[in-house]
Amino acid sequence: MQSDYFAFVAAAYGATAIVLLALFAWIRLDARAQRRALAALEARGLRRRSSGAPPAGEGQS
Amino acid sequence: MSDLSLSKPSRFAILANPTRFLELSGRLQPWLYGFAALLLAAGLVLGFLAPEDYQQGRTVRIMFIHVPFAWLAMMAWTVMSASALGTLVWRHPIADVSIKAAAPIGAAFTFLCLFTGSVWGRPMWGTWWVWDARLTSVFVLFIMYLGLIALSRAEEEPGRNARAAAVLVLVGFVNLPIIKFSVDWWNTLHQPASVLRADGPTLDPAFLWPLLVCAAGFTTLFFALHLNAMRTEILRRRVFALQRLAARRAEAA
Repeated sequence: MQSDYFAFVAAAYGATAIVLLALFAWIRLDARAQRRALAALEARGLRRRSSGAPPAGEGQS
Repeated sequence: MSDLSLSKPSRFAILANPTRFLELSGRLQPWLYGFAALLLAAGLVLGFLAPEDYQQGRTVRIMFIHVPFAWLAMMAWTVMSASALGTLVWRHPIADVSIKAAAPIGAAFTFLCLFTGSVWGRPMWGTWWVWDARLTSVFVLFIMYLGLIALSRAEEEPGRNARAAAVLVLVGFVNLPIIKFSVDWWNTLHQPASVLRADGPTLDPAFLWPLLVCAAGFTTLFFALHLNAMRTEILRRRVFALQRLAARRAEAA
């Protein structure tokens, strides 16, 4: 009877690993996507006012 | 009017500046993840070295993850409630970011609490689920998390729903004492408290130590994930602001 319970313990720990790894991956990938979007916007010359003046030759907003 | 320039800004005021927050949190984050990994590794080892329970056998090991998840499900909502006060009372700009970032993480831990509990209940209670006060109130907490996630993503512009989300979080906080005391107030299949009780824990140290180390590990992991998600949310709001700026420029040109 005892040995049958292994599947339950494995399911609990397995689901934990899957959900937490998925959560971690989602947060990291989302961060990477945002940073890429920011880099793309910066390449187009768009900057936040507090991040300093754009390079010379750019029109002011 | 007092001379404000002479007073040192409080720690919360410093954190209100998103750039400063990104700087500080960026340095703290790897330490949180590292510390969480260490604690969880230690907790896992202790858990598998723990003896089998005379009644439950090896299913007692589910306790080392199920109980921390339950605690964290409630702790996450408490963190969001403190942030909600930050939004409503102090209008702290990072408070709404905190709520939006914490909700999916809290929901994940609540789901895992319900899942591991169910998988533990099947062999021990003979059922996957029962609508007793403890299980029902935690299920309600899970639904509230989902509602909050939906609300904070309803608006195109991030931060628009800050006040509504904050109110929902504070109203939902009433569920937490209900969850905690449900096993005392109602006749539940779920057993009463074994750790956080007036007379102290009833668990043998062989089980209590793995439980506490795992709890500490998962708590640190929660804060690491939360910090990470907050940083991402700040970046997302910057992207949104710059995209709107780009759209305005395109229109003006």
